[in-house]
Amino acid sequence: MSTAAIAVPTTKRIGVGVSLRRNRRWALMTSYFFLILFAIFFLLPPYYMVVTALKSDAEMARMATNPWFIFDGATLDQFKILLTQTDFLIFFKNTAIVTVCVVAITMVVSVLAAFALGRMKFWGSGMLATGIFLTYLVPDTLLFIPMFQIVKSIGLLNSYWGMVLVYPTLTVPFCTWIMIGYFQSIPKELDEAALIDGAGHMQMLTKIFIPVALPGIIAAMIFAFTVSWAAFVYPMAFLYSADQQVLTVGTVTSLIRGDVYKWGMLMAGALVAAAPPLVIYAFLMDYYIAGLTAGATKG
Amino acid sequence: MAEVTLRNVGKRYDDVVAVSNVNLDIPNHEFLVLVGPSGCGKSTTLRMIAGLEEISDGEISIGGEVVNDLPPKDRDIAMVFQNYALYPHMTVAENMSFGLKLRKFPKTEIKLRVDNAARILDITELLGRRPKQLSGGQRQRVAMGRAIVRNPKVFLFDEPLSNLDAKLRVQMRTEIKRVHQKVKTTTVYVTHDQVEAMTLADRVVVMNNGKIEQIGTPNDLYHHPKTRFVASFIGSPGMNLIPAKLENNGGGLNVRLSDKLSFHVPESRAARYRTHTGKDVLFGLRPEHLTETRGSENGVGQEFQITLDVVEPMGMETMVFFKVDGTEVCGRVEPTAAKNSGEEMQLRANLDHMHLIDPATNVVL
Repeated sequence: MSTAAIAVPTTKRIGVGVSLRRNRRWALMTSYFFLILFAIFFLLPPYYMVVTALKSDAEMARMATNPWFIFDGATLDQFKILLTQTDFLIFFKNTAIVTVCVVAITMVVSVLAAFALGRMKFWGSGMLATGIFLTYLVPDTLLFIPMFQIVKSIGLLNSYWGMVLVYPTLTVPFCTWIMIGYFQSIPKELDEAALIDGAGHMQMLTKIFIPVALPGIIAAMIFAFTVSWAAFVYPMAFLYSADQQVLTVGTVTSLIRGDVYKWGMLMAGALVAAAPPLVIYAFLMDYYIAGLTAGATKG
Repeated sequence: MAEVTLRNVGKRYDDVVAVSNVNLDIPNHEFLVLVGPSGCGKSTTLRMIAGLEEISDGEISIGGEVVNDLPPKDRDIAMVFQNYALYPHMTVAENMSFGLKLRKFPKTEIKLRVDNAARILDITELLGRRPKQLSGGQRQRVAMGRAIVRNPKVFLFDEPLSNLDAKLRVQMRTEIKRVHQKVKTTTVYVTHDQVEAMTLADRVVVMNNGKIEQIGTPNDLYHHPKTRFVASFIGSPGMNLIPAKLENNGGGLNVRLSDKLSFHVPESRAARYRTHTGKDVLFGLRPEHLTETRGSENGVGQEFQITLDVVEPMGMETMVFFKVDGTEVCGRVEPTAAKNSGEEMQLRANLDHMHLIDPATNVVL
């Protein structure tokens, strides 16, 4: 009797286990299928860039070969010419200067603004926070016309310092918005404890809030970096001489002459330009994800 | 260490009155507990003492100095929060020394104080850890350590044990009492748990609807409640309150609970209640004064018959529940004397401990 009684549920449990395992296998197979599909889809353009950048001009001109493979052997000539005979390094330096300045300005402004709007409740703070986010919704393709007047009136037209001035209009609202959310997710008792411990608002920000909100700050920094590194409309409109140009516009304008496209160098330039964001993402990815999912769980 | 005084203190949020007309004199070294249900204004009162909430009316002074307009850091107080509020990016030692560092204490002094507090709380081996690596009880100790190192005039505790599990709560309660006996700092402690209030306090302040209902020693509140609220709030389970009528019975008084049940009011209390003869009252008696009939230590009692509704064995005693004219009543009996639910049982009411409450004013007569 007792054996039978035990045997029945045991068989049942095995049945459930098998179906669970089968379910899991199906889920995994479907996930892998789509992940591989997406990986191929997104990796094809970079692959094409690498292949093209490693080809000689002669091979590219020969229409008979398959453009997806290298037939005459890989060469770094495109990179050599790009770095030595064009203004690419000047563009790179300009972009780096602009980006570092923009990230610094953005972080100072948005962290201070977010702290004030998120933690120091004052009359109209909620409305101001929404207002800041609304400014982010105005696209740069609309803003560049009035912005042109402003930049021109202060004499920064055709200077990359003009970019340092205008890029924060894109980065500050969004970064402030991210940081407000992050600061608000920090328990109120933490600043009360700091107040009682004797901290002023500035000490509270630097000693408690910034260290605690570091993942959010890094997420905001990556955003500001990406926006400023990849901006196209403003430099296109405001910069016209090569010594002031930034990577995005400079590479395109200097390597496309009329209807002559220097494909090898264009691809090599795009690869080198994509390297810094790639490296930064690779190192800070964990922080970035932690920052974007802040508030999902209480740490 | 210092005394704390609250004079006519009130707090309003727009039209909502959170706290009104609170008057308290907390002498040096006292352990005062503010207790009451959620929303009664106890935490707001504590936060006003801390300076985390502005005062709408009245005056608060600490150590003889009026602190109404002083920011929290200048009030020389330390606070322990319900969710610990430890700085997550700092080690235990850094958490404890943060306040001292901001006040520019010399390093040797900071180390001395942190080590001393860690020894008192038995957390010396945790000094290098971060809050995330600690259990709830350990975190609460660190939060207390952060308060102790400052050596403030007043400790403020805001429901510090509410996040802990039942067993740890009892353990930490003893710990808090032990620490207070050692450092003797004036303490104001907020809790909604009346057991915590009774066990920790020198004096308990019962609050309800933003007002003080009664101030007194734990025994005082338990045995001599002044209002219906205090009578039902203090004690676990609370006092039985049964609608009744006070009747004349020759020279004495009877309190009639139902058609069948009526108790004779002891002589010692009859004079006090006589003016309410013929009126509706609430009859109050604690469960431990409704006991089994056997044994001789039950005091002067009156026996009556009930039908058991629910029986809850607790080990050392058994709670019996029954109905008197629709009102649920609880008694405490010896486990061996208890019968099963549905059965009849003879109980004895010890009327020396009875209370009568005027239902119109909710004041204990």
